[in-house]
Amino acid sequence: MEAVLFFFAALGALGGAIGVVALRNPFYGVLALIVHLFSLAVLFLLLSAAFVAAAQVVVYAGAVMVLYVFVTAYVGGDTESAWELIPGQRFLAPLMGAALFIELSIAVLGSSLIALGTHGPDVNPSFGNPAAIGRLLLERFLLAFEASSILLLLAAVGAVILAGRRAEGIVEGSSEHSSEAPAERSEDPSTIPSPGATA
Amino acid sequence: MNIEWYIVLSSLLFAVGAMGILIRRSPVVILLCLEIMLNAGNLSLVAFSKMVGNQQGQIFAIIVMVVAACEVVVGLGLIVAIFRRKLPLDVDELRELRG
Repeated sequence: MEAVLFFFAALGALGGAIGVVALRNPFYGVLALIVHLFSLAVLFLLLSAAFVAAAQVVVYAGAVMVLYVFVTAYVGGDTESAWELIPGQRFLAPLMGAALFIELSIAVLGSSLIALGTHGPDVNPSFGNPAAIGRLLLERFLLAFEASSILLLLAAVGAVILAGRRAEGIVEGSSEHSSEAPAERSEDPSTIPSPGATA
Repeated sequence: MNIEWYIVLSSLLFAVGAMGILIRRSPVVILLCLEIMLNAGNLSLVAFSKMVGNQQGQIFAIIVMVVAACEVVVGLGLIVAIFRRKLPLDVDELRELRG
């Protein structure tokens, strides 16, 4: 049963990843990434990491993907040009990917980790559930927890500054004597997806 | 399932994500491929945490998720800013820091 679930989830994860790389329309790429993320949540459940799986579904497949869908719909799903900067880039890149995979496999399988070929030790059912993770996060890793909250705040402020209307008005105003900056600001409401959604 | 299956799947996903970053040219798709690579790292972190029988690897995975969310927010903000200035959304043409 576990093997069947693993293979289906692994197929979903790999297929979603290949879909992101291969589909030309970025909107379909976002949808393929959602499949990938849900399959990874199943894999996390198989590895008895219930809280990480729930966070994966809520944070990634929920909030972050909504941001992606909004931005893709905003900038438009135009297909890329076929122009290549480096000749043969499309053929060199898969070679590079294959070389990376072989190198990683050699590094992992040659790493004399004896427990790699086993199930891992038998863990009690509370392994990785929200209570255990929360206790660990708020006692031993409290510093990392607080630092990540500051990081989220900084990212939200940074995104508002980057994508806000006002920043653009200042830059355009400096080149065009700031005559049309106020009119432009009142022209449309802020279309940025709210960064607070991920925080 | 043995742990090595998860590790091999994780390195395969990482390679696919790296290949996507090398091939694709749209910044949105490059961010999506970065997500794939970060998720591959997360999968190997959780797999190693199961292998050792220690939950600290899962804490690492959660912190990586937070950092990935921050990276997405800033990256998408950059993409919206690039789009508003009518610059081409193509990483090969955006070679100058001076917009």
